[in-house]
Amino acid sequence: MADIRSHFVGIRSPNPFWLASAPPTDKEYNVVRAFQAGWGGVVWKTLGLDPHIVNVSGPRYGAVWGADRRLLGLNNIELITDRPLQVNLDEIKRVKRDWPDRAVVVSLMVPCEQSCWTDIMAKVEDTGADGVELNFGCPHGMSERGMGSAVGQVPEYIEMVTRWVKAASRMPVIVKLTPNITDIRHPARAARKGGADAVSLINTVSSITAVDLDSFSPEPSIDGKGSHGGYCGPAVKPIALNMVAEIARDAETRGLPISGIGGITTWRDAAEFMALGAGNVQVCTAAMTYGFKIVQEMIEGLTAWMDQGGHADLDAFVGRAVPNVTDWQYLNLNYVAKARIDQDACIKCGRCHIACEDTSHQAITSTVDGKRHFEVIEAECVGCNLCVNVCPVENCITMEPLAPGSLDRRTGRVVSPDYANWTMHPNNPSSVAAE
Amino acid sequence: MTEARLETGVAAGRLAPEEYERGFGDLHPPLDRHEALVAADRCYFCYDAPCVTACPTGIDIPMFIRQIATGNTLGAAKTIFDQNILGGMCARVCPTETLCEQACVREAAEGRPVEIGRLQRVATDAAMAAGRQFYRRAEPTGRRIAVVGAGPAGLACAHRLAVHGHEVTVLDARPKAGGLNEYGIAAYKTVDGFAQAEVEYVTAIGGITVEPGRALGRDVTLAGLCAGYDAVFLGLGLAGVNALGTPGDDADGVADAVDWIAELRQASDLATLPVGRRVVVIGGGMTAIDAAVQAKLLGAEEVTICYRRGREHMNASAWEQDLAASKGVAIRHWLRPRRVLAERGRVTGIELEYTRLADGRLDGTGETLTLAADQVFRAIGQSFVAAPLDGAIALEGGRIRVDAEGRTSMAKVWAGGDCVAGGDDLTVSAVAMGRDAAESIHRSLS
Repeated sequence: MADIRSHFVGIRSPNPFWLASAPPTDKEYNVVRAFQAGWGGVVWKTLGLDPHIVNVSGPRYGAVWGADRRLLGLNNIELITDRPLQVNLDEIKRVKRDWPDRAVVVSLMVPCEQSCWTDIMAKVEDTGADGVELNFGCPHGMSERGMGSAVGQVPEYIEMVTRWVKAASRMPVIVKLTPNITDIRHPARAARKGGADAVSLINTVSSITAVDLDSFSPEPSIDGKGSHGGYCGPAVKPIALNMVAEIARDAETRGLPISGIGGITTWRDAAEFMALGAGNVQVCTAAMTYGFKIVQEMIEGLTAWMDQGGHADLDAFVGRAVPNVTDWQYLNLNYVAKARIDQDACIKCGRCHIACEDTSHQAITSTVDGKRHFEVIEAECVGCNLCVNVCPVENCITMEPLAPGSLDRRTGRVVSPDYANWTMHPNNPSSVAAE
Repeated sequence: MTEARLETGVAAGRLAPEEYERGFGDLHPPLDRHEALVAADRCYFCYDAPCVTACPTGIDIPMFIRQIATGNTLGAAKTIFDQNILGGMCARVCPTETLCEQACVREAAEGRPVEIGRLQRVATDAAMAAGRQFYRRAEPTGRRIAVVGAGPAGLACAHRLAVHGHEVTVLDARPKAGGLNEYGIAAYKTVDGFAQAEVEYVTAIGGITVEPGRALGRDVTLAGLCAGYDAVFLGLGLAGVNALGTPGDDADGVADAVDWIAELRQASDLATLPVGRRVVVIGGGMTAIDAAVQAKLLGAEEVTICYRRGREHMNASAWEQDLAASKGVAIRHWLRPRRVLAERGRVTGIELEYTRLADGRLDGTGETLTLAADQVFRAIGQSFVAAPLDGAIALEGGRIRVDAEGRTSMAKVWAGGDCVAGGDDLTVSAVAMGRDAAESIHRSLS
């Protein structure tokens, strides 16, 4: 059976599934329940300086739902822990003592003064915790006070604080990044320069989930007013995957360990993050939606998939997809695919036709010989994949690559066996002829 | 257990009061808000949707379902009423399993269509509960039109004519408007006086005067209507009932299913309505099912439908047959009545003969079966009674011949619903014909 034990920046855990720093890891009670359920580790909800902050006593979450009220996205305006620092430290110490095989990492957020960071690092080290995560990510509330994403949005601050923290302790330091920036590579590079052992991402995305059309208040509404929150859950996964991949393949950050976060709900999501370079993953929304038991499906599902694929341990597949992430300009422009509709599987809803007809390339019929019939017109099909994505039947429409040597009826050209990308294309004013 | 439960003969009050309530309650309770959202979410919003093609009134089904899904329930109701002003009743009585829901692509995909009928009810019920009228009458045209028959065809015709600003008088032979909606449909499909509520909703637009108790051929003549109105629409329905044509057909306890159902629909207390202990229904259509199921629900111990052909030949849909079976009705095939047995003029049983198909022709095998019965219902079809037309209008196959717009052979006279030739005897088709005839009348008067 595949070995899913995780060894991330020197921190060991029985599996790569950690709970992210968030409400599920706010207290000993929750964390113990999580460990009982099987979670490999936790990042304790962010500690700050005393006097502890206060939270609103009203709605802290907003949501976006899919069919049957399936939670697709969650946004929150909750701040860091609202309990005294010593209470948290005592609980962390106890939990680590009682659960020595699990990862206990402590998330931190204190003002941008070296003494604040040095002081708190000493206190955390005393708990016996496995490492710290610097919260440079939260986009709401704390950022107004010069912390959280206010730090994460300025690479120089990231580097500076990371260096202070590394100087203050020998504990592994993970820097948690905010996605609320234009290019994730810059904060990641700064973290590395500051000496970070790893980065974790993404923190939440600045968001307003909805507007109440009667009161005209944003949601969640506190006494008729709303403030942007941090968006998370399945909806942010694609954003997170891209940012993880960007860091994994950037020349300046390649090899920097990554803890993947962002909408991970199933073992499959976790495996995708890890294939794109994450050494482990952190989960929050899925646990907040379904409870801690979901980790059992994650453990079993990942193990079964690894067994099936012959991946003996996590290192066998971590980063395996990274070499396949490239820039658009290097995509093979000689590759030609055409949509094909499996007529036996087709239920004749016509969505492929109307999507193609109204919004794309007029490449799918609606009637043939007077009968309702949906078929790809190869001479028009550009292979865009929209029909595949709107078809409600899985595998009914597939993209079939044209074999080299065959005729592309749209362009009238024979498909070339050679690789040719934009950098060599004649239409590119700055193209370089292939040697 | 009430004492009357096993009483032989035809008796009232066989059941406890709560059993009547349970049996004759809403067959499909309405979907609640969340159920409706889940059901609506299953719609794929198909291109040129097959469900719309399958609907005789052509309701834009994907659009109204999308409106429900977005919380615009009243907008959904308007989408429905635009095509079918009796969308509320159709949501209850349409055999959706052979119309829109059969055509639904999810029926093809997974054998479970979008619940179009129940979703339609969500929208139409909401609009009717809110008393929301979506149409305002056009400026009065001064034209007067007589509609004969206040059933689905007549009401749909009257409403559309009123929308166009015409003055409409609706005559009906019965004491109440509604036609089969009021007198014919099984009680558990239209509870809480829905048929009358719908008549009120439809006529609330104004410009429609309903005159019940006035029959063509008895109280008015076709010639008189033609003289007094600018146009006439005939939505006469089928007033005649086919006879068994077997000895003993006139015995006490033998009745037409349609009459008995009408009596049941009008009963203020179902416990006062007598029903046999052993009931035999002859026929294979919807009327047979409705009579049989309601007899069972009234407390008959044994109810048997006897049909002269096979299951696949029955006019009642498979869904209706299953409903009957689930209520404890036995359906027996390949049996035709030969003789009604009676003692002292009262039915005691029925002798049936087994049948078979030989070279496509139905034949008796000679073998017989006798079923004990103290009530026998004829449900072997209804027929158009042409006498009130005084021979002035051409018929086809015994019903009124009309063109694609509903025009009869007589100038100024249109017809629609069950009384015209070539129809499928469905409420929804009657609505479509009434609506389309109204448009034709309007064009001819403009």
